[in-house]
Amino acid sequence: MSTAPPSNPSDSAPHPEHSSAAPQPRMRGVGRVLVIVYAVMALGATGRSFVQIARSFDQAPLAYSLSAAAAVVYIVATLALIGSGRRGWYRVAWVAIVFEMVGVLVVGTLSLTHPALFQHQTVWSQYGLGYVLIPLFLPMVGLWWLVTHRPVAPAMPHAAPDGAAA
Amino acid sequence: MILWFTVVQLVVAVTAGLFCLIMGFAGRRPNDWTVGSLALIELLLVVQVVMAIASPFAGNPALGDPLEYGVYLVSAVLLPIGGAIWALLERSRWSTVIMGVVALSLAVMIWRMQVIWTTPMGG
Repeated sequence: MSTAPPSNPSDSAPHPEHSSAAPQPRMRGVGRVLVIVYAVMALGATGRSFVQIARSFDQAPLAYSLSAAAAVVYIVATLALIGSGRRGWYRVAWVAIVFEMVGVLVVGTLSLTHPALFQHQTVWSQYGLGYVLIPLFLPMVGLWWLVTHRPVAPAMPHAAPDGAAA
Repeated sequence: MILWFTVVQLVVAVTAGLFCLIMGFAGRRPNDWTVGSLALIELLLVVQVVMAIASPFAGNPALGDPLEYGVYLVSAVLLPIGGAIWALLERSRWSTVIMGVVALSLAVMIWRMQVIWTTPMGG
């Protein structure tokens, strides 16, 4: 049923917390929907940031720098979520999504309290209102996903007597 | 862009998006109809590319920023391809849901493109 062959010794040891013995090298199920939403946000934020910086960076350097930072965060979050079955990428995903959550809250608040700084729109202005508040809820869903889908801890590198479970 | 063609694209994209979401949440795996609906959006977008290149010569130039329009259009053309690849790595209900998300995202992008085409720059 697994679409990817086992790639490390922990695959062959049964793991008590998971019904499947194989760690997940690739996102499965509903997590893949999360990835595509992040990917669409990354695509849109990168395109928008590219146009803003190419056209008129000097008009609003703070806002457009934040746009660029947001685009980078979305790209990193997308890639890290794809690889989040492994501990390294899992940690990168945490960093990226926490950064995203803090970013949307800080930029969103500042765009309301100091509108002069944000006369040009960014992804996170008004808590992502220009994107139907998706930038506000997406990191919450992302953090929920990370909390409920910790990577499988590597088991002792020895073969179990009854062999690998499917 | 031409308004009636934009409306056609929007109707197709929204319909495909809702169709895929409903089929996906109903547990259906990708089939010819769901994948085909995404392919139809892509076909219309390719036609849109041709129209966008030809329109200025026919007296219908973009009023907005052509760079912004071009970035949106290229992104829109690439998204169904990448989205379909990502969706079809598995054959599950979530694959169908992913295609629905992509279709609705394309609807938003098409609408944005129409706004950019018809809104003069300098705002």
